[in-house]
Amino acid sequence: MSSASSSFVDFQNVWLAYNEELLAQEQFAVEDISLQVQQGDFIAIVGPSGCGKSTFMKLTTGLKMPSRGQIRIAGQLVTGPLKISGMAFQAPSLLPWRTTIDNVLLPLEIVEPYRSQFKTRRREFAEKARTLLKSVGLGGYEDKFPWQLSGGMQQRASICRALVHEPQMLLLDEPFGALDAFTREELWCALRDLHAAQKFNVILVTHDLRESVFLADTVYVMSRSPGRFVVRRHIDLPRPRDLEVTYTPAFTDIVHELRGHIGAIRQPVGQGSGLPQ
Amino acid sequence: MKHKTLERWSPLIVLAAILLVWQAFVSALSIPDYIFPGPWQIAGEFIQFKGPLLEAGWKTFWVTMLGFGLSIVVGVLLGFLIGSSRLAYTALYPLMVAFNAVPKAAIVPILVVWFGIGLGPGVLTAFLISFFPITVNIATGLATLEPELEDVLRVLGAKRWDVLVKVGLPRSMPYFYGSLKVAITLAFVGTVLAEMTAGDSGIGYLMQTAGSQQRLPLAFAGLVVIGAMAMAMYELFSLVEKRTTGWAHRGSQAA
Repeated sequence: MSSASSSFVDFQNVWLAYNEELLAQEQFAVEDISLQVQQGDFIAIVGPSGCGKSTFMKLTTGLKMPSRGQIRIAGQLVTGPLKISGMAFQAPSLLPWRTTIDNVLLPLEIVEPYRSQFKTRRREFAEKARTLLKSVGLGGYEDKFPWQLSGGMQQRASICRALVHEPQMLLLDEPFGALDAFTREELWCALRDLHAAQKFNVILVTHDLRESVFLADTVYVMSRSPGRFVVRRHIDLPRPRDLEVTYTPAFTDIVHELRGHIGAIRQPVGQGSGLPQ
Repeated sequence: MKHKTLERWSPLIVLAAILLVWQAFVSALSIPDYIFPGPWQIAGEFIQFKGPLLEAGWKTFWVTMLGFGLSIVVGVLLGFLIGSSRLAYTALYPLMVAFNAVPKAAIVPILVVWFGIGLGPGVLTAFLISFFPITVNIATGLATLEPELEDVLRVLGAKRWDVLVKVGLPRSMPYFYGSLKVAITLAFVGTVLAEMTAGDSGIGYLMQTAGSQQRLPLAFAGLVVIGAMAMAMYELFSLVEKRTTGWAHRGSQAA
């Protein structure tokens, strides 16, 4: 274990070019990213599409190595895929031939130490998965197949799959992007409660400002390619936050302020209000 | 309800209609049976020679099954190889396409030189003609993985092998069963082809002999046996496909 004083996630001037050619031409997907996240923090990264948010995710999980700079997670220099993280994406990508519970159990069949104990402790693991599914409102759907669930339910199951091996860090890449507004708000609350109960780190990549402000402790705004952090905004709304908070002036002010930064980045596109007429 | 019953029986109704028209045509024009026999004569021939026909059919059946079994093993292994490795795909695929384009009838004489008259050419022709669709389908199933899912698993420390076994293989199962239906009918074609050119038994040999003696009713009876066997195997694999990979055909199940 690392010392408690240092940050859990620590990016120091990280640059990434996708390949050698682009590196030689100094074409970076993300530039000069520095960020520190404390244990248990919930951070959100917002920005226009194509700004390198997903690239940032790949760096954090160790699926991509930085071209310049260093990433440390839990005090360790990142050199490869990090098993302490779980991921979920916009597409739930559940396996259609497995029931919901078997989908959620999939990581335990792969990641150690669960992998070697999977056969002997299967019942125990399944019980754990059931509890997890129940906590996001999927009790009674464990033995249904993914295609028998609605989009929102599939996404809940996908998040459970990302959490079942008790990762210290949850990475979400626009997880609610494909859902309708009401389902999205329901899932915000589900995620909020999971985070409050289990205290893992969350890095949420999104282009929904309300989502980022409602859920996160800190919001980073990223500029369009090359991706750079342009603003870091601490959200001091008290927790636990109720959905009602999204209708308060304090909340709207923050959203508005962040929207201003995004607008500034997109300057050339449109002057004025951005609304038609 | 009535419409459904009609739909279920429609293949048999069409078959009966064809047989009737066929028989009427042959009888009306009194075409001699050594040119074009009617269904009635074929049926008569079938009853008279049912012993030899069934024996020949049985022989053809298990030669086909041997070749088909071989093509499943080789087809799956090859498909696994080219579906999971870009290098293997680039290196092998053009060659396989070229090989598949060669008419298998041209290969039978070569096989006869190598293996002699008898079992060898039949099994090998059935195999050579039917492994390609299996290979291509397995490879397609493996090569079309969602990148996000692969990321989810790789973060957990999954090796290529884990991803292939947990996701790739189950995913390619519907493709696999689909290809079996095609491959089994091709395998019958291969066996009969080898039996006709270089056999000493089986339906192909029987038809070849009957044809050369102008006993067309018997040759037609042989055709019926082959058709029935190929169709039965096709239906069998359809059933297996539905049972094992129902998740891929969920539209028809209406949850």
